[in-house]
Amino acid sequence: MKELVVLSGKGGTGKTSITASLSYFAEDKVLCDADVDASNLHLLLNPDIIERYEFEGGKEASILEEDCTRCGICIDLCKFGAIKDFRIDPILCEGCSVCFNFCPDDAIDFETKVCGEWFMSNTRFGRLVHARLGIAEENSGKLVTKVRSAAREYAKNNNIELIITDGPPGTGCPVIASMSNASLILLVTEPTVSGHHDFLRIADLAEHFKIPHLLCVNKFDLNIDKTLEIENEAKKRGIPVLNRIPFDPIFTDAMVEQKTVVEFAPNSSILEELKRLYDEIFSSVNEIKNKKIELIKLEEK
Amino acid sequence: MIISVASGKGGTGKTTVSTNLAYSVQDATILDCDVEAPNAHLFLKPVIKDVVKAHVTIPKVDEKICNLCKKCMDICQFSAIAVIGKSLLVFPELCHSCMGCFEVCPEDALIKDKRLIGSVESGKSEDLNFIKGILKTGESMSPPLIKRVREHQRKKVNIIDAPPGTSCPVIASMTGADFVLMVTEPTPFGMHDLKLAVEAVKLLNIPYGIVINRSGKGDNEVNKYAEKENIPVLMEIPFDRKIAELYSNGEILAKEPVWKRKFKDLFNKISKLAEKEAAI
Repeated sequence: MKELVVLSGKGGTGKTSITASLSYFAEDKVLCDADVDASNLHLLLNPDIIERYEFEGGKEASILEEDCTRCGICIDLCKFGAIKDFRIDPILCEGCSVCFNFCPDDAIDFETKVCGEWFMSNTRFGRLVHARLGIAEENSGKLVTKVRSAAREYAKNNNIELIITDGPPGTGCPVIASMSNASLILLVTEPTVSGHHDFLRIADLAEHFKIPHLLCVNKFDLNIDKTLEIENEAKKRGIPVLNRIPFDPIFTDAMVEQKTVVEFAPNSSILEELKRLYDEIFSSVNEIKNKKIELIKLEEK
Repeated sequence: MIISVASGKGGTGKTTVSTNLAYSVQDATILDCDVEAPNAHLFLKPVIKDVVKAHVTIPKVDEKICNLCKKCMDICQFSAIAVIGKSLLVFPELCHSCMGCFEVCPEDALIKDKRLIGSVESGKSEDLNFIKGILKTGESMSPPLIKRVREHQRKKVNIIDAPPGTSCPVIASMTGADFVLMVTEPTPFGMHDLKLAVEAVKLLNIPYGIVINRSGKGDNEVNKYAEKENIPVLMEIPFDRKIAELYSNGEILAKEPVWKRKFKDLFNKISKLAEKEAAI
């Protein structure tokens, strides 16, 4: 089984639009939206939710007013400044249990809380696993791990060989959770100073975790010089450079119609460009799989 | 005054708005709290005068004293401490620095150690104070670094460039702000994520308003939503390939007097709204 994860560092470079287009071309696959914080893939795929699960992240402390003697020990011990006027601010509480453990009057409750939901859905492109982290919640990394493992399990049980995962922006906790053990990462960037900068950050991260990665410059004709700069940097690092995608407002038009751009404009040249991108990525996926097999053979010898 | 520029969805124009706003206001401090992918410096091109490494406190065991009672392992909610066989292991990247293990250890067998999570750079871009946090590659925990960046807030105008999303790093970039400026685009993705961001700001009870970027392309749903929810739309930046090209080269829009005036107006509107709220 192979998992392609689409990442970017910078937000708004076109991860979701490209992921959705790739899933149009892929025949047998499971889709996974690992942007649990602000997921968008479902807005293009119009999913029918068939299974819904609560996600329990960590625990949360709360003070039982009737038992509290206002001794102030909890306030002194809380490193997160979450206790004010003998009330715990659920937004600031990180669930460390220190107040609960050291309250001399047993006046603090410490309970597991539901901090999100995840879903199994049917879409016109097959199965989609997606989630919704509660507002202002922690544990986004854990929820990402949850949806990815659910996608893998579904793929395994149904003999599906491919998972396409839409990743979150950034380079922190949920991104790290999205890339661990992935077969291949597609880095989508744009030819802007920010796109360039964040491409280097995310490429460093992929290298750090030793996951093969490829580059696609989206909106490339917005700034050809920047596109070349980014691609040259990628080549220097040995990152394969894939087909570029042009800056085209048609992506926005398609989004408004809740369609992928390839469905929205089947006769436009953008379809060919995206198909080429798809073919290049998937020849790489197979190559990587073969390389892995070669490596195993070498080790066996 | 603290203005936090947030969005929900990434790539809607937070950095464009925060850098141009900071550039157009006198005596401002800009704090780049998008520590995973900081970009404000690419536009403001500050001279960096100081780089301070940011650490968090983690436990280290003194094996001569530790009797493997496991109390630290039991209190740790983040699985950052494990006793395996005859040794106590610390997993530094899981530690939230709650200090519970230090508090609970009956033998005083834990020593304070530190772990590098990134750095905070400070400098100047013309007369603008510039602060940026940058998370170390492979580091997952950004809120402690964001807090470190925000220690540089000053008395006058502080403009925070927040990360995308609605989870803990965003909250760490918005708490205590006097106003949250939400930058969105008039598309289904922008609309969906704006609603989430609004929910987050409501939780924090901070006054807020909207900037619509790339207006004229997409649909009219954001305007309808703002009207229905009575959220002020404080500025619209048109969908214009030229603006996108300026951005791509790291140019500040407000170097053109027309835009500088617009961003000054934006600031004045924000000040009034924040004051009004403070008076209530």
